[in-house]
Amino acid sequence: MEKTFETIEYTTKNGVATILLNRPKSYNAFTSTMNKEIISALRQADRDEAVGSIVITGAGKAFCSGQDLGGVDDNTNHADLLRDNYHPMVRAMRNTSKPIIAAINGVVAGAGMSLALNADFRVMKKGTKFVSAFMNIGLIPDAGFMYVLPRLVGYAKALEITTLGKPIPAEEAKEFGLVTEVYEEEEWEEKVVSFSEQIASLPTVAFTQAKRYMLNSMHESLETYLEKEAQAQRIAGLSEDHQEGLKAFAEKRKPKFSGK
Amino acid sequence: MSHQTILVEKKGNIGIIQLNRPKVLNAINRLMVDEIVEQMEAFDRDPDIRVIVLRGNDRAFAAGADIEEMMNDTPISFELRDPFAVWDKMMLIKKPLIASVNGYALGGGFELALHCDLIIAAEDAKFGFPEVKLGVLPGAGGTQYLTKLMGRTKAIEWLWLGEPMTAQEAAHYGIVNRIVHPKLVEEETMRFAERLSKQPPISLRLIKEAVNKAVDSPLREGLQLERKNFYLAFDSKDQKEGMNAFVEKRAPHFKGE
Repeated sequence: MEKTFETIEYTTKNGVATILLNRPKSYNAFTSTMNKEIISALRQADRDEAVGSIVITGAGKAFCSGQDLGGVDDNTNHADLLRDNYHPMVRAMRNTSKPIIAAINGVVAGAGMSLALNADFRVMKKGTKFVSAFMNIGLIPDAGFMYVLPRLVGYAKALEITTLGKPIPAEEAKEFGLVTEVYEEEEWEEKVVSFSEQIASLPTVAFTQAKRYMLNSMHESLETYLEKEAQAQRIAGLSEDHQEGLKAFAEKRKPKFSGK
Repeated sequence: MSHQTILVEKKGNIGIIQLNRPKVLNAINRLMVDEIVEQMEAFDRDPDIRVIVLRGNDRAFAAGADIEEMMNDTPISFELRDPFAVWDKMMLIKKPLIASVNGYALGGGFELALHCDLIIAAEDAKFGFPEVKLGVLPGAGGTQYLTKLMGRTKAIEWLWLGEPMTAQEAAHYGIVNRIVHPKLVEEETMRFAERLSKQPPISLRLIKEAVNKAVDSPLREGLQLERKNFYLAFDSKDQKEGMNAFVEKRAPHFKGE
């Protein structure tokens, strides 16, 4: 049974679960309810055997404009805001075993950018720009931003993005590997669907192992990694999709993965 | 022998005890502890068994003690029944005890794991002593075992806050030996147990006795025990086999004699 949400819409189609951030009037800014509903939707998608990939995108003109500043004032304890609202969401994204795609349809700023960075893939509509924005208001980029960004683009570029606050147009982001694809506005919806369906058709067990171990490999020793690699390959080797892959190879056809 | 709360299995030289109250996440009650200890003692006497594995199921090793069973206890009812005394018998088991932990090992479940010699845990296993949140404290050795393993500084913090400890934290503090993929806990435990089962059993038990002595007594006493056990090992056929194999440049074959 699908839950009903207040700040997001959750739908599934052809193996793709879509989490639509749905507060278009405030450019899909985060409220604590939205943080919680995203977590809940991710868990639902991860449990659903019919789901192979998860798309996060925004309703209206924005992807996500970051924290709703309506609730932030002199009395805000920023540490608690992170611990209570954002950190559980970042962990949930990390612990979601299936691929998460941020389909960046418009304004992507502040914690909205963090949300996109914590996804496994980013595709972006032409004409949109990443805006870190944090340092413009005297804060550091948060919600996992500074952990994940240097792992994606290297330290020098990450420091530049973090501190200079210069907007990054979609094409430039693609050049240094921050986004996988940039699509024209008129083909946007169709291309997002085909990209996410393509991701959904990957062998899920193998993808899960790659996600689980590749990010960690950047701060773990080779020895630690190698043992994890052996165990991860053991799991992948036991999957139905591996058998299908072998069979398809022998029969000279494209494999059809079930995600099991 | 039939059991109500555990399942027992032998695989080669390995004796496996599986906690089996899945509906309550293997919450430990008194009958379960009695059955575990009885079975450990039986395996300890069984000449075919070289290593003992204690495991739960995929969701939980054991998520705590059966609270309802003890809710209405009084100091005198505890004194008369002395429910924790049976736990001490686990310390007398001479063969290697491996705890294989998937999911939760909380409260009494964590204490049960700490009574084993080694812990192999899933990456997403969770350990902890939540007793403080119920207005009590661990009663089956938790404060003692945890402190001896991780030191006073961190042990008191964990015990006071009662927060769950990740497998990574548990490994960092020297509580967990190996962290493995959640789906491979059983397989990796058995791989480790099989490796251990090929080691000379008499050496293993003499080592276990000496290592336990190191935890609990002055260095001088420990050194003396080690020395006696070293001498004792020279009465075993395995010592002859081990040393001959070394000289003859072949792999040894230990019989536990």
